[in-house]
Amino acid sequence: MALPSYAGPLETTWYYTFRFICACIFVFLITPILIIIPLSFNVEPYFTFTQGMLSFDPDAYSLRWYEDFINNTQWTHSVKNSFIIAIASTILATTLGTLAALGLSKPHMPFRALTMGVLISPMIVPLIISAAGMYFFYSSIGLDQSFLGIILAHTVLGTPFVVITVTATLVGFDNSLSRAAANLGANPTTSFFKITMPLILPGVISGALFAFITSFDEVVVVLFLAGFEQRTIPRQMWSGIREQISPTILAVATILVMISIALLTTLEILRRRNEKLRGLTPG
Amino acid sequence: MSDASEPLVRFESVQKSYDGEILVVKDFNLDVAKGEFVTMLGPSGSGKTTCLMMLAGFEPATHGEIYLEGVPINNVPPHKRGIGMVFQNYALFPHMTVAENLAFPLEVRGMGKSEISEKVNRALDMVRLGGFGDRRPAQLSGGQQQRVAVSRALVFEPSLVLMDEPLGALDKNLREEMQYEIKHIHENLQVTLVYVTHDQSEALTMSDRIAVFDDGIVQQLASPSDLYEKPDNAFVAGFIGENNRLYGEVKEVTGDYCQVELEGGGGMVKALNVNTGGVGSRTTLSLRPERSTIGVAKEQSTNSLEAKVEELIYLGDHIRSRVSLSGNNEFIVKVPNSHGHVHLKEGEITQIGWEADDCRALDA
Repeated sequence: MALPSYAGPLETTWYYTFRFICACIFVFLITPILIIIPLSFNVEPYFTFTQGMLSFDPDAYSLRWYEDFINNTQWTHSVKNSFIIAIASTILATTLGTLAALGLSKPHMPFRALTMGVLISPMIVPLIISAAGMYFFYSSIGLDQSFLGIILAHTVLGTPFVVITVTATLVGFDNSLSRAAANLGANPTTSFFKITMPLILPGVISGALFAFITSFDEVVVVLFLAGFEQRTIPRQMWSGIREQISPTILAVATILVMISIALLTTLEILRRRNEKLRGLTPG
Repeated sequence: MSDASEPLVRFESVQKSYDGEILVVKDFNLDVAKGEFVTMLGPSGSGKTTCLMMLAGFEPATHGEIYLEGVPINNVPPHKRGIGMVFQNYALFPHMTVAENLAFPLEVRGMGKSEISEKVNRALDMVRLGGFGDRRPAQLSGGQQQRVAVSRALVFEPSLVLMDEPLGALDKNLREEMQYEIKHIHENLQVTLVYVTHDQSEALTMSDRIAVFDDGIVQQLASPSDLYEKPDNAFVAGFIGENNRLYGEVKEVTGDYCQVELEGGGGMVKALNVNTGGVGSRTTLSLRPERSTIGVAKEQSTNSLEAKVEELIYLGDHIRSRVSLSGNNEFIVKVPNSHGHVHLKEGEITQIGWEADDCRALDA
């Protein structure tokens, strides 16, 4: 959007001010993430840039915090836990959330607004309240300090994302396609897997991604519910800051940032290729 | 299981209400014979599509029973009815190729791969789309998508095919072309067709019989020619084709005819007594524009009224003349552009005449 030739001084001023504001927002959003990357290669156990780092002295950089991360069983254990919990709760949240969205988009669904409100409430209720509530409830039924408890808690937190993304996709879904499938002799199960599912898949995948990220970087519920055995990466980073003051968490953070970027890029590429294949976009 | 005289489809006093209060379909009765092309015609909201949806199984009937080959199907789910259907927006599966779309009904029936590809190719050839099997629906034009939808509805060889305003999204030329194509497919395959449309010319061109819907009731069920020439009531007369209306009071009934005194001071006219409430009732006289002649002397025609020429529109093959007659200034007469035809001038006073058999006295 270039500046049109008839723009007056007011428009010109606003044009550049607007761009400046946008640049500031990006700087504030991205700098904290970018700054940890060089810091994670610090040879000293500090969280600030040393004189050597600023003068690009190769001896001021090292991989010692990455080595520490790989060799420390507490960290490797937490990585394993994080993946187990995130994958399990993503599968649960995606299945339940997709089913809920399908039900909610049926034309004759009673109490639609109320049901939707209840389902997405974990997103709105302050996390600390949910966490405290879950702590007391799960303790009384013996689900605290267990993997099952944390998986269920993260499922509850991840489901709203799936419900919202799949509901949004279903708005664009032509119901006559399901009717056509039934008319052509497909029973409801076949119709769902052959027609509905492929067409709402982009919504399901992005919902699943949100659910995964929600579980993967969740620390409040884990603080309440997890025992030592169930420590996840964010929980380990929490104690890393509070108890050990070790730059290992910077190395972990860098790895997580890289994984996130790779994950999002892959999904976007897949999504575009998929859309092209299905002929939804020209080209 | 069923003998030849038995109708393929039978609606028996079917009612439908969506909200439990207002009946969208009030009392629908229809028998469709094997191989017949029946059209349900009516304005939007008249209940015609609802009837089709009940037959396809997408809407339950509130009351009454629908039979397919003598078997009640109210409790049969849509996927077990084996009825082909062409949807208004075609409903082609966008993530599948044309060939996959056509193969879908055969795959769910568990057919072998070679049999499927043979049937798919034959179906594509039938609608002149051989070689288009690898394309996606989005890569086809509207007319091509329409033909894919038709061949998908026929590929599994159903005995009954439903079409819900299938030509609504096409432009005029393509629509006419597709009308003939569908008509020929119907003739060649001997399939039974139930067709829904709000376009009367479409209905007249294609159908064996037409059910005219209005307000949830079938107003008339008849062949295209009967519907046009012998409408039972004022709605059908007004809905099908062009129609001149005159209002009056029935003064006398003799045999099949009646004498009607026109409102607006036109005097007495003789008309066919079709659907009036007897002597003393108000009636609508319906008269086709091409059935009245202009410039006839009083003695030459049963009915002859004085009229003033209001407007002349030259249409090539005929001249459309709007005249005012007995207080109705929207009375249309078609003057054919033939040798020795009457030359009218705007503002001229002339005589309009018609036969009693062409003038139908209907409900008011």
